Amino acid sequence: MKVSNITWKIGGEAGFGILSTGVIFSKIFAKKGYFVVDNIEYPSLIRGGHNTYTVRVGSNQILSINKDINILVALNEETIKLHQEEITYGGYIVYDEAVSDVRDIKKARKDINYVMVPFSRIVSELGAPGVMINNVSLGASVALLNYDLEVLKSVIKEIFGKKGPEVVDLNIKSSELGYKYIKQKLKATAYEMEIVNPVSRMLLTGNDAVFLGAVRAGCKFYAAYPMTPSSSILHSFASIEEDYNIVTKHAEDEIAVINMAIGASFAGVRAMVATSGGGFSLMNEGIGSAAMTETPIVVVLCQRPAPATGLPTWTEQGDMLFAAHASHGEFLRVIIAPGDPEECFYLTGRAFNLADKYQIPVIIILDKYLSESHFSYEKFDFKKIIVDRGKLITNNKDIAEKYKRYLNTEDGISPRVITGTKNGIHIANSDEHDERGYSEESAYNRKLMVDKRFRKIKKLIDEIPPPRIYGPIDAEITIWSWGSCKGPILEAMNILNQKEKKVNLIHFTYLYPIDNESIAGIIESSSKNVVVENNKTSQLAKIIMMNTGYRIKNKILKYSGRQFLPEEIISGIEKIE
Amino acid sequence: MNKNKGKSLKEDYNLKSSDLNTERKPTWCLGCGNYGIWNSLKKALIKLYLVPHEILIVYGIGCSGNGANFIKTYAFHALHGRALPVASGAKLANHKLNVIIMGGDGDGAGIGGNHFIHTCRRNLNMTYLMHDNKIYGLTTGQTSPTSSRGFKTKSTPSGVIEKPVNPVLLALVSGATFVARGFSGDTKHLTEIIKRAIKHRGFSFIDILQPCVTFNKINTYDFYRENIYKLDELKDYNRSDLNEAIKRSMEQEKIPTGIFYQVKEPVYEDELKQIERKPLVDHIITDVDINRLLNSYY
Repeated sequence: MKVSNITWKIGGEAGFGILSTGVIFSKIFAKKGYFVVDNIEYPSLIRGGHNTYTVRVGSNQILSINKDINILVALNEETIKLHQEEITYGGYIVYDEAVSDVRDIKKARKDINYVMVPFSRIVSELGAPGVMINNVSLGASVALLNYDLEVLKSVIKEIFGKKGPEVVDLNIKSSELGYKYIKQKLKATAYEMEIVNPVSRMLLTGNDAVFLGAVRAGCKFYAAYPMTPSSSILHSFASIEEDYNIVTKHAEDEIAVINMAIGASFAGVRAMVATSGGGFSLMNEGIGSAAMTETPIVVVLCQRPAPATGLPTWTEQGDMLFAAHASHGEFLRVIIAPGDPEECFYLTGRAFNLADKYQIPVIIILDKYLSESHFSYEKFDFKKIIVDRGKLITNNKDIAEKYKRYLNTEDGISPRVITGTKNGIHIANSDEHDERGYSEESAYNRKLMVDKRFRKIKKLIDEIPPPRIYGPIDAEITIWSWGSCKGPILEAMNILNQKEKKVNLIHFTYLYPIDNESIAGIIESSSKNVVVENNKTSQLAKIIMMNTGYRIKNKILKYSGRQFLPEEIISGIEKIE
Repeated sequence: MNKNKGKSLKEDYNLKSSDLNTERKPTWCLGCGNYGIWNSLKKALIKLYLVPHEILIVYGIGCSGNGANFIKTYAFHALHGRALPVASGAKLANHKLNVIIMGGDGDGAGIGGNHFIHTCRRNLNMTYLMHDNKIYGLTTGQTSPTSSRGFKTKSTPSGVIEKPVNPVLLALVSGATFVARGFSGDTKHLTEIIKRAIKHRGFSFIDILQPCVTFNKINTYDFYRENIYKLDELKDYNRSDLNEAIKRSMEQEKIPTGIFYQVKEPVYEDELKQIERKPLVDHIITDVDINRLLNSYY
């Protein structure tokens, strides 16, 4: 059966290499021009527990994973029990009877196909380690899809090449055996993907894209303390720091992390940190320090369900209002929430410019789903990220006589110097200070400096693009959302608009500050509004109400630690009166 | 000066201590130990021929932190307890800067204690002056992590129950490569220690005993004058012997001052290939080519 998209899922015990198996499956399609979105689900432990990896492959653009699975690869019995309900009519379960007693399980679904492949017998006959059942399953999956085994072999070579030819050889042989087994057993193919134009696509996560954007933007100092789901950014920076002249520092805690970055930025380099909610909590005072000293800083907040330790490896959009109000006192900051890796890349570039130009903290918000899921793209045009450091004086000659670091300018932005420049000596002060930086407590000065720092908002708001509108302008229902909900909503919209429901989406990538009047205008002109958010308390709706006075009553909210699926949004929209 | 190769020649150098004063007059109490530290540091900087714009002093919060307003170098007045990481980030971004950290005992041994331990073991080439007056002065007299047992303060009216933190011992066991103790009432000796600390390549730490004339009536100038002695006066004291340093740091009857320990060990920033050629801050970032990186995502 020729199809335009399929969803494949593999499940098994933690420690069985589910992650690398999933990435390989994604890569073999992205390489040949297919669109890919994937999602890994795993518990917060290293061995044992249940892991899954879902990959959706499309011959046309796809924007999120979806509900129905076509092929489920079950490396253990638990996978069948937990996920066979998710399989679409006529779909397949590939399993090994040595590890799964399916006699009773089978009775649950008469409308799907159970395909036995002796994963463990194949690897033991080959004399390969048990973990290689992954490759058998990959070979079997490729055969079920009548896909090119050579592509699989080349990706295995790339990924395991570092481990030496013997490892590569065993991996390839086991995948070949899985492939042959299916080809001999099943005469027909399960599904066959429509042919696409073979443009090779990159496969990357939101975290990868933030990292790439930061490197392009000239980030020279990256500090972090490991915390899921932000840690892969730390690993990426650490792996290239020598090649790109970047210092990566895994510091003692997130308090040190943010303060080190502030110190590096004060010394003149672009600096970034990333963490999740818990680390962000510790960074709060530091964010205020950056604001008071007007030191540019980019903070990446990869959200996960909270409070406290919460669900470390799952997803939620619960920290946006927290970020909007992070740290004591009133000060300007920018909050950016990219909707997909492409936006992660370009908006990270913008984040550094905004931090430098306005000398403020800029917070980029992702969530576990966006941080760790892979998406396929044609190569990013990195030249589009242009470095603009604003009023940074790099030449001693350009420093005014009697230089004032916090000069009370018309736009509120004071020329900044690089520490070490001869005529720029000053104090950057976390105490309230005068134009020179000296501690100053007079009422006159306090008001002057608060106003100076807030005056930047005028220019800033002009520079920040409004939320983007997707779909027909005159839609019956307008969805309001932000960040990573974008993909599932757009998928849902495509389906809903086929049925003439006429839905559009107002998607916020810049959440703070927002242009109140333009937002109010959109709300007034749309007949029915609904927010879609991956949290319990509809934080975007709150931001909108706070800024415009408009209350969006309809809410589609999900806070189970899982991201939205398009089907859930469709059913939510259909319930709106 | 090995830190500023060729930048400031002795012959051209005509700065004097008062040139490091700012337009602000110190706001410390009359007789405060901070004056002694302030004067000693300025003298040491002058004696080392350091130029103000190549110096970054990062301050914590407290009476010592208010000193940010009184010395004319680049200064960052950080949050309470956070001077060390700010200084570390600045040093990594531009290792050509002479970086000095000033903070109190509460700042460094209390709220910033974790940073203290890790900065010691990191061995960046910086100098940390802990103003140790065994009291929270700026908040008007509460106990500090270095207060003696039984010490009565506003927050411990019945006397401190815990044992005091020993900053010298903590620095030694945390891996600092230069550990000393000075007394703000002996500026000649303190100036010499600060000079040597700044000259030391690696992380240098000085615990500076400092009377708080307003809130600490125990650890007074007279108390210290009667109870301290100089390690330099010992005939065969071996500064490179960690065990000996630890033993001396734990002496309680008489309080040793001077340099407890000094060794040459690999300096953090020297281990970083990416800053071997030039500091991070000197890199041009307007057009970083990431094509090769992007290709690795196929």
